[in-house]
Amino acid sequence: MAKAPSAEDIAALGERFSEAIRGTREALGEVSAYVDPAFILEVCTFLRDDPRFQFNLLSDLTGVDLGLDQEPRFEVIYHLYSLPLGHRLRLKAQLPSEEPTIDSVTSIWKTANWHERETFDMFGIVFEGHPDLRRILTPDEFQWHPLRKDFPVRGYDDF
Amino acid sequence: MELDQDQLRERSRPGRPPAQRTIYAEDASGIIDINELKERELGSTMTLSMGPQHPSTHGVLRLELELDGEIVISTKPDIGYLHTGMEKLMEAKKYQSNICITDRMDYLNPMGNNLGYVLAVEKLLQLEIPPRAQCIRVLMCELQRIASHLVWIGTHALDVGAMSVFFYAFDEREKILNMFEDVCGGRMTPSYFRVGGMFQDLPAGFDAKVNRFLSEFPSALEAFDTLLTGNRIFRGRLQGVGVLSAEDAISWGITGPSLRGSGVEHDLRRAEPYSGYENYDFDIPTFPEGDVWARYQVRRQEFRESLKIVRQCIEKMPTGPIKADNDKVVLPDRDDMKTHMDALIHHFLIAADGFKVPEGEVYVAIEGSKGELGYYIISDGSERPFRCHVRGPSFVNLSALPDMVKGSLIADVVAVIGSIDIVLGEIDR
Repeated sequence: MAKAPSAEDIAALGERFSEAIRGTREALGEVSAYVDPAFILEVCTFLRDDPRFQFNLLSDLTGVDLGLDQEPRFEVIYHLYSLPLGHRLRLKAQLPSEEPTIDSVTSIWKTANWHERETFDMFGIVFEGHPDLRRILTPDEFQWHPLRKDFPVRGYDDF
Repeated sequence: MELDQDQLRERSRPGRPPAQRTIYAEDASGIIDINELKERELGSTMTLSMGPQHPSTHGVLRLELELDGEIVISTKPDIGYLHTGMEKLMEAKKYQSNICITDRMDYLNPMGNNLGYVLAVEKLLQLEIPPRAQCIRVLMCELQRIASHLVWIGTHALDVGAMSVFFYAFDEREKILNMFEDVCGGRMTPSYFRVGGMFQDLPAGFDAKVNRFLSEFPSALEAFDTLLTGNRIFRGRLQGVGVLSAEDAISWGITGPSLRGSGVEHDLRRAEPYSGYENYDFDIPTFPEGDVWARYQVRRQEFRESLKIVRQCIEKMPTGPIKADNDKVVLPDRDDMKTHMDALIHHFLIAADGFKVPEGEVYVAIEGSKGELGYYIISDGSERPFRCHVRGPSFVNLSALPDMVKGSLIADVVAVIGSIDIVLGEIDR
């Protein structure tokens, strides 16, 4: 089973970025850290390069729509994995319902490129600094963001 | 300009190390070294649309290639032709109904998809899986890995011009699919796994069928070696092509056999053992060159490692139940339903209403046949997932393709696509 970084390291991370980390939560052996979207690049660069964390592999990046009545409505989820240390960490950045925007992490992990395009396509979250932010799965002329909770499962007839 | 004797000898020599490989291109002044060409100012380029119906793109993948002569300047993969909104659909369906959706993502590795999904839901439910069910799961996943690699070796060889391997590979795969049919009735889309265990126990005489496969399959592997591994043309097409350094591979998030072909010894079956993989003895083949040939070698060895695990599963298959002991989640046996009132009620409730999963979120990753297959599930406490995201290894591995084929010949693009072993069903979801 996956292991998480030690509690001391998580506490040290919270202290190092007292402004950026809004809290951490551990459940079912997985640790999530809530990160202020403005600091995402800084935190990710630190987590990749710091010898205690060494998160050199971005396992996954995706979005969540928490619901129409929620504010902040969107979350961007980063699943980090460290090949040398074998531990995992989940980062969450919460974004508002109006113009959700966050910095792209493509400069830190190249793999973020397609993940961010998919998240943009599915949720309409804009990744600033992304080299090629186009729709990836739906057609270019598609007008909606299908994984938003207000998009019907059956889609729209007029497409 | 004609090639001189030394150059011709250099080109035809098998087993060239990648660094010394010279690719020649032809332009108006004759045959020149590609590195020379890259330094020159490029003239007009041609854009070629390859696919989506091209057989070597393994499904409906379209590549927009910018070419200078035969040299690939840039590649833009265009995906989404198979996009069916599976993640959206999973939010609308109950947990147990989603198992058959996972089958249809990576349709060459459905058992692995089933396993990743049920492990994630079982982690949310905190279910204890009996050892026999765990062992059956490992057995199925390893047979599936062999079947998936067989499709890979057949199509990969076909792409680079070795046609006959395809028929031998599919012949062997047929034997595995027949075993799946015996077990659960399904071949391509088995849906054999259930949250909490398996749909039914292995049929009588299944051991004998697996044992026969174990004794016959090594001779097929020898045939592949004769047809491909020792084939100079095949080696020439693969060696030094599509090189990816370990550093780049990690930055691109590449996992599975493709990462091991870049010399990184990483396998989630060893790093984060699940479903009892810590009890099996197997090696992790790793090759450092990072080219198509290295990735071929890794998968070639993985056939043998999977066979080892299958053999161990059959030898030490535990007895006992195949479902977890939880009436609220696991469907009762048919016999119990005919004799016990409460079993009938539980069956009705699970089939009609589904089961509720406690609030929470999990990310569970397994080693699929193509790399890290991750399921991220958020539960809001109801009987349907609030969000289910699938981290498909094919999606991530394909994103590195433009880097791998830059500056190579257009014929090498097909070799590289074959070597990263993609399935478009999983990429588009």
